[in-house]
Amino acid sequence: MNIVVCVKHVPDAQSERGFNEDNTTDRDGVDGLLSELDEYAVEQALQIAEAGEGEVTVLTVGPADAADAVKKSLQMGADKGVHVSDEAIAGSDAPATSLILAEAIKKVGSPDLVITGMASTDGTMGVVPAMLAERLGLPQVTYASELTVEDGVATIRRDGDTASETIQASLPALVSVTDQINEPRYPSFKGIMAAKKKPVEEWALADLGVDAGQVGLANAWTAVEQTTKRPPREQGTIVTDEGDGGTKLAEFLTTHKFV
Amino acid sequence: MAEVLVLVDHANGEVKKPAAEMLTLARRLGEPSAVFIGPGAETAKDLLARYGAEKIYSVSDPAALESLVAPQAEVLAQLVQEKQPAAVLIPSNSGGKEIGARLAVKTESGLITDAEDVQAGDSGPVTLQSVFAGSYTVNAKVTKGTPIICVKPNSATPEQAAGAGAFEELSVSISDEAKAARITASEPRKSSGRPELAEAAIVVSGGRGTGGDFSPVESFADSLGAAVGASRAAVDAGWYPHSSQVGQTGKQVSPQLYVAAGISGAIQHRAGMQTSKTIVAINKDEEAPIFELVDFGVVGDLFQVLPQATEAVKGK
Repeated sequence: MNIVVCVKHVPDAQSERGFNEDNTTDRDGVDGLLSELDEYAVEQALQIAEAGEGEVTVLTVGPADAADAVKKSLQMGADKGVHVSDEAIAGSDAPATSLILAEAIKKVGSPDLVITGMASTDGTMGVVPAMLAERLGLPQVTYASELTVEDGVATIRRDGDTASETIQASLPALVSVTDQINEPRYPSFKGIMAAKKKPVEEWALADLGVDAGQVGLANAWTAVEQTTKRPPREQGTIVTDEGDGGTKLAEFLTTHKFV
Repeated sequence: MAEVLVLVDHANGEVKKPAAEMLTLARRLGEPSAVFIGPGAETAKDLLARYGAEKIYSVSDPAALESLVAPQAEVLAQLVQEKQPAAVLIPSNSGGKEIGARLAVKTESGLITDAEDVQAGDSGPVTLQSVFAGSYTVNAKVTKGTPIICVKPNSATPEQAAGAGAFEELSVSISDEAKAARITASEPRKSSGRPELAEAAIVVSGGRGTGGDFSPVESFADSLGAAVGASRAAVDAGWYPHSSQVGQTGKQVSPQLYVAAGISGAIQHRAGMQTSKTIVAINKDEEAPIFELVDFGVVGDLFQVLPQATEAVKGK
């Protein structure tokens, strides 16, 4: 079983984040890391591979420091890495990112399973998995809180708004996972040492047959016209409960016509 | 005036509130056409017309709903090709965003998700979104193809405006490929009788501070006619279902009033509720970061404060 996991290197959500003049995300001076939600995807791929025969390839698209996301995944236990990097990629939107990922997955081979996180923790659109499935012609089963693979069929469970659903698709398939699916492991010392010897392919757009005119900020299908820092909320009223906290809360709600 | 397609979110013909909101927004951009997929269009027809739908395209083929989102994207792609609409508006929930994603690739069109407002601009719709856990707002537009915009609930106040509501049953062909992923079992959630979390005007959420006892949270929510949410800590502890989780990896809510009880306010939680219009918190820890956001906060024990507030609200 060949599994490709798509991961993203993102600015740390705990840090102060902002924009450049061209309205792209400002990554300078902000620590980057493997998107937290992608750790669940890597962990799930490892569990499936460990339960049977399997090889896990971790794939990322991004500038030089995006290699860190690959490295972390290899330290967790993935077998090999692919890092697609090219100056022309900067500022790519979701459709362009899904195009690059799709072409890279084709070049890796024909995986039985593509696993992603439910969304990145920076853009948080959550649309790349569906775009990727559309481009690869794969069935898409998303927001999995459980995933099993048996006899060439992927079965997932997910919590919908009105029901808990079981969804099945024949392999090859694309699955996106939520943070409910597992507990990602920490890289062990052994894993960290082993990762240094694992192969990482570096590909440019030309290696994928993707034209620079299809990607990047200038060729995005959407444009950010303006970014505005939200003014800090005005300091509200804070009271300490001295036996009448609930009454005061109800008074506030009544004054503001919620009651 | 060009058509604006609005994908109607419904449960067996019972139209959900965001559909009326999106029809209201669509009128700013052109002539709203409702797209109704699945059974129950006859039931929904009058309401859709009342909120301004000039046309109602109905697809009653059950295959369009049984197989997740891919067939719905195919239906919309066929309509986009035929009608050349000025925009397509889709609910910004998990399914809606996936429909938008597939539609964007199929029609080579730009996609904007999580829009909180849509206005007509000189060169097409201009949207407003919140990013980076609500610390920035962004105005964006689509520069290629047909603008596909996923709109968050509570983005507009529904306004009635009689539309013609001309009904048209569509016959569509759905590819085998689109049917490749199937729902094989579905276990309906027991209805709490409360409003749906994502759409509710008031949300009361409980966190670690409940210690697993959500009864004061639920009673207070019921006194306000509110939905109940939960923090990730409460969900991870198994106290409340994941579908009720508010935050980065759960629901992003933007109600008129958000009440956080026993929730400290980690950045991941704030990302899911920071755009709420009015924020109230109850927490024993006066240092809890949630207090930085509040319009009104009570430093105290939620087991004392909430029941007292519940009684006071009921007495009004």
